[in-house]
Parts: sequence; C-alpha cells; structure tokens
Amino acid sequence: MAKASKTASKKTSKKKKTPVKAAKKNKGASAEKLLHAYRQMLLIRRFEEKAGQLYGMGLIGGFCHLYIGQEAVVVGMMATAGENDSVITSYRDHGHMLACDMDPKGVMAELTGRRGGYSKGKGGSMHMFSREKNFFGGHGIVGAQIPLGTGLAFANKYRKDGGVCHAYCGDGAINQGQIYEAFNMAKLWDLPVIYVIENNRYGMGTSIERASSMTKLYKRGDSFGIPGAQVDGMDVEAVRAAGEKAAEWCRAGKGPFILEMKTYRYRGHSMSDPAKYRDKEEVTKVRKESDPIDNLRDKLISAKITNEAALKDIDKEIKAIVTAAAEFAQASEQPDLSELYTDILVEV
Amino acid sequence: MAIEVLMPALSPTMTEGKIAKWAKAEGDVVAAGDVLAEIETDKATMEVEAVDEGILGKILVVEGSEGVLVNTPIAIIVEEGEDASDVAVSAAPGPAAPSAEITAPAAAPAPAAPSQGAIAPEPDTTGPTINQTVREALRDAMAEEMRADADVFLMGEEVAQYQGAYKISQGLLEEFGSGRVIDTPITEHGFAGLGVGASFSGLKPIVEFMTFNFSMQAMDQIINSAAKTLYMSGGQMGAPIVFRGPNGAASRVAAQHSQCYASWFAHIPGLKVVSPWSAADAKGLLKSAIRDPNPVIFLENEILYGQSFDVPDHPDFTIPIGRAKIERPGTDVTITAFSLMVGVALEAAEMLAADGIEAEVINLRTLRPLDTETIVQSVRKTNRLVNVEEGWPTAGIGAEMAALMMEHAFDDLDAPVVRVTGEDVPMPYAANLEALALPKAHNIVEAAKSVCYR
Repeated sequence: MAKASKTASKKTSKKKKTPVKAAKKNKGASAEKLLHAYRQMLLIRRFEEKAGQLYGMGLIGGFCHLYIGQEAVVVGMMATAGENDSVITSYRDHGHMLACDMDPKGVMAELTGRRGGYSKGKGGSMHMFSREKNFFGGHGIVGAQIPLGTGLAFANKYRKDGGVCHAYCGDGAINQGQIYEAFNMAKLWDLPVIYVIENNRYGMGTSIERASSMTKLYKRGDSFGIPGAQVDGMDVEAVRAAGEKAAEWCRAGKGPFILEMKTYRYRGHSMSDPAKYRDKEEVTKVRKESDPIDNLRDKLISAKITNEAALKDIDKEIKAIVTAAAEFAQASEQPDLSELYTDILVEV
Repeated sequence: MAIEVLMPALSPTMTEGKIAKWAKAEGDVVAAGDVLAEIETDKATMEVEAVDEGILGKILVVEGSEGVLVNTPIAIIVEEGEDASDVAVSAAPGPAAPSAEITAPAAAPAPAAPSQGAIAPEPDTTGPTINQTVREALRDAMAEEMRADADVFLMGEEVAQYQGAYKISQGLLEEFGSGRVIDTPITEHGFAGLGVGASFSGLKPIVEFMTFNFSMQAMDQIINSAAKTLYMSGGQMGAPIVFRGPNGAASRVAAQHSQCYASWFAHIPGLKVVSPWSAADAKGLLKSAIRDPNPVIFLENEILYGQSFDVPDHPDFTIPIGRAKIERPGTDVTITAFSLMVGVALEAAEMLAADGIEAEVINLRTLRPLDTETIVQSVRKTNRLVNVEEGWPTAGIGAEMAALMMEHAFDDLDAPVVRVTGEDVPMPYAANLEALALPKAHNIVEAAKSVCYR
C-alpha cells in the first residue's frame, strides 16, 4: 500500500503526465503480488461455489447473488487500496468482503443467518459491514451505495486523510438517477472516489443493449467532467493498473474517476435465476477464453513464477479455508431471540 | 472420500422438484462447475453444477423423478479407485436448515407499564433566560454544537451564501467557512445519501431540507440507509445524522408544499422523530439531536420561525429526546399536540377555561419514541384525551395515540379518544378552503367539550 502511494506522488510531480501514460510504466506486478491475486480470486471462486451449495441445501435463504466470473475486478482494485480507503458496493458483495480481508467464516455465517456472522445473523447476504476493514456494505437498493460512497469520500476530504472510496455498481444500477446526483456533487467538490462500474452485460435478465441508450459506460461522467476508462475486468493486472492510475488521480485532489470493468457473471443474477436470457454458448465461451483465474494460472506457470505442484497446494489451502468457513457457518448457532430487539438504536 | 450430491433448493421457496435430465452418466469424470443435471422447479428449469470434483459414482434418483424433496441424496461422487456401492447413503433428506420455529416467547415487551427508562430528566429552566425567535434558537443550537465538535457540519440548499432559504443558518458560513457550511445543488436524494455515507464514517452531518416536502425525494436513503444500517450491521455502524427543516403547512403554498411528515417518519424503527414548538424546544432539542448517535428527523415549522419565546441562557441547556412537556396543567381533559398546534391547543385551553373546563396541554416534542408515560399519567388524572395534529387522520399520530390509550389507559378513559386533524384532502390553495382544511382552536374546543360531555 505504502509503495503504491509513493509511486503515485512521484508521478504526480511530473508535469503533464496523464494518468493513462503513468499507468503503463507501472505494468507488471511482482510475482508475490500476482500469487496473492491468484489466491484471492480462487478464495472468492471457491467460497461462492460453496455458498451456492449451501443455498442448495437450504442452509442459506432468501437472495444470494454470486460473484463467480467477476473476481478479477475487486481483487485487482484492492491491490491498489491504501490505509484510509473504503469500499462500498451493492448486494453482489461476498467477493468484495473477502477481498477486503474480512474473515470467510464471518461472511459465511452471515449467509447462514447465524450469530457468528458479521451482522450477528441480522443482515444476510446483502447486508454485511466491517468498520475494521473499511467495508461499508452490502446495500440492497440498486444504486443507493453510490451517493453513500460519495459521502464516504466527502468524509475523506473533510478529514484530509488521503483516503479514496471505491464505490461499485453494476451496469444495471448505472441508470439510476441518484448516481448522477452523486456524480455531480463528486466533481463539483472534487471528492476522492473511484466509481467502479462492473459491467457484466446483464442487469438481472436485461442485457445492457436493451437497458442503456449509450452503452459506453465509462463515458457516463462526461457531462460532469469526470474522466473514465474502460478496462478488461477479466484481467486482474489490467484492473490493478487502471485502479492505480485512478487512485493516483483521486489522491492528487483531481476528484472522481470512473472505471468501467468489462466483466461477466457465470451464474444467474441470483440463485433462482435460470438465465434463459443468454445462450449457454456465450457463458461457455467466456469461461473458456477469458476466465480470470485460469488465465492468471496459465500466466504464473508460463512465466515460471510458480509450478503446478505449488498451485495444487494453494488449491488445497483455499479449499480448507472454505470448508472451515462452511463448517463454522453451520455450527454457529442462530441468534439469540433477544437479538430481535437489539441494535435498533444506539443507547444514549 | 465419496460425496453425496443432494437435491438442491433453487429458489427461496422451493421444497421439491423434478430431475428433468442427467447431464452426466455414471462413470463420467466431473469437474467443479460442470453441469450435472437439469432440475425443474415450480418456476423454471435450472442447471445444477457440481461443486466437487471426482467421478459420478452412482445416480440415486433416476431421470424423470418428480417430487424429489430438497436435500435428498440424488447422486454420489467418488474419487478415482473408489466404489460407489460401498458408500452408505444417508436416509433422505440430508442436513436441513435450522428450524425457524421459535422456542421461547419473542413477543414485544408487554405494554402494561410505560416507562421513560433512561431518559434524562426535564432540564432545570429556572435560571436566567433570553428572549429569542425559534429561528435564532435553531441557529444558536447549530453554532454551539459546531463550535464544540469539528465533526458536525451543515449541508443543504442555500444554507451557506444565501444564509438559508428561511434564514436559519444566518452567519454560519462566516463563522465556520465553506468546508463546514455547504451549499448543495438541488438534489435531495443525492445529498441525503451523501450525508448518510459521511455519517457512516463518523462525521455528524446536519442535512437541511428546504422544506420536508422535498424529503420524499430522499425517502429511500433516510429509511433504507440511515434508519436500518445499525440493525443490518449487527450494531457495528449507524448513521449519526440530523435531517431538519420546516414541516407541515406554511401559508397559501398549496398541496405539494403543505404536508405533515410526522406519521411518515414516526412509523420507522431506527429513526428518532422530534418536533419542537417553542424556541427553547428548538434549541434544546436540536442540540440533543446533533449529539444523538442515531438518525434524527427534526420537524420544524415555518410559521413558528418568527415567534419569540424565553430560552434558558445556559451553554449546557439541552432537552432530552423522548420527553414530553406539560405546558399547561389541568384536571378535566388532556390535549396532546406538537409543533405549531401546541400554540393552538393553548389558545383552545384558554377558551375552555372561560367555560369552566381546565385542559392539560401536553407538548409532545418527540414523536418517536413517544413519551407514553407522561401522557398516560395525565389521562389517569383527566380521564379524557384529545390529540391535535395538522396532518391527515388516517394512520396519523392521533391514530397511534388512540391505540396507545387502549393499550395503557383503557380503564382510565371516561370517553373515547378524539382526534382533531387536518382534513383528509390535499391542501387547497384558496384562502377560505385552506383555512377550512387546518385545525383551529374552536375545533379543539368542540372536541374537548364533547369528551367532557358538555
């Protein structure tokens, strides 16, 4: 983290350097960082598969929106995060929490509605938070997290703490009016916020072409003077590079930045979505050609950063973490009935 | 180790389904993510993907089977060299979700004994006072709290350079600067959400709505984000924020700008709702609201802004949220009211006194939580209650008051609770119709006489 911000300050001192050019110099992360990204993405993938399985067993109820396919986005972005940075997102939030280093046990136990969950079982899949990890939810109303995240960035500027807010939304949410109200204020006051649009091509069952009059979402800040970039959201290195330049822009006091991540969700919108609105071939093609985990795995091996045996060990290790999380999530008890009436108001 | 594949639940309501098709045969190699089978639910046909890898050792439920209960083992995945026939299949269905049955009573606390609990006592107001308008009192409350706490800031439309659309924030920009007194664009949904987000991180925003009529644009952020986050986060974080501004009818501004939001917000768990009448109320309650770690809705009244009252001249003067005030003691009938209607109720009480009826007028001050204890104690004495509000009758504060009396003071009542409310119509513009739509002192006098059978 410290290294990233150092690089940023060095670059901003150079005159007329656009963030795009600056980022290119930063290309190519260390082997250690790539392995970390691999582990993080794999953890999210395996965690989500397990969550899907627990849902199938009736252990997770209600809505459950899986992040499978989109792992590179949040993992790449978190590789750029500094000490006072915060993260806020919508209801497809399990991946973001794991990438924020929240405990998989606490996340899974919240999914099963148990007292060991991050919200003591009272929030569920869509409503989890960690003040400790600067993860501010977990919001179920499409688009509402964007003004909230803009407010977190307002607080960063108010306190002059150098923090940047990563505020995520999807290609569906980007048509909500309140997002443009937030864009306007963010630029008006030059707030340090990166709007990460996770364009996975479908807002529930409606393709982006059927929902958006203009589908180049990185341009949605144009009328507010907010710069944007389109990023291959299936490539964790591309995400990290774009995230670094956006963070640098924010930390230099230039205001918000928009990153449109072209990504894809393999599963349905939620667990109960049969996904009839797209061809099976479309999903298969993306999985085969663009899977962020497979591609990084191939790269790690071809670049001789690691070998098959070492990756197998990582697989095993991740599997053990997820298994332990699932076991904890089933062993943890349901909340005490007295919890029904707690946490409604802070006692004065 | 062999793994049982269980019949999955594929929607929040699914309890059973049909195995429409097996996509793999016994002996096939299975990788995580491979489609194993197609399952028909009551809503759709869905594919089931394998979570574990291995070999499909045995299919336990054949294609075409209907009514297969969720969690029934439907197949076995084995490792290479393992024989599926050696695996003991658990009796259907497998591990189930914990029961939602309640084993201990979780009912709301019994309504028998209303108590103010830990609410601080009414402040001592016997010391020196200054006479000031509600407008000045609100400004002073904000200024004092902003001096005391650097995390407090004010934002809203025209609050800074214009000095407030109703001149409430006069002088604040000059004293605190544009970093803490912030003019927003006309964008209620956006700045309400921005304020809530800032409060999540520990800042203490005062968000001014030019009038509460515009808070409807921001309703989602107030209710879903500000009010519910403490609960949804298991107590980890909430929203220490104040939403304030004039509420209710002003004068001749017609239907879209004349509306009382008291019952709207009082409905919501996770909010506190305050509505001051006097300048002392305004100052003492606003200071408490700003210090409160919860989201507080602070409903002012434009007509009251210019009215003057005595305010305790003490830097630590506050009024606790949740405590009503008996403005006029009486023995014959209790009249509850809030905001502008407190003055109207006091006027009615004087008219009633001329007819020999001594009304006790209670200024509610806080609408959530209501000071049930003070109201019930009064009704135990007077045995009669008239509630007055500007808002509409249906599901209003008066309706709540009537229900509370049924729960807490049924045996003390000598007459049914009566509601005096605004008429059940959108506010008309014409002067004569507008006058007809709002409660007047004579309406209260008539209601009080009716419950006294006079």
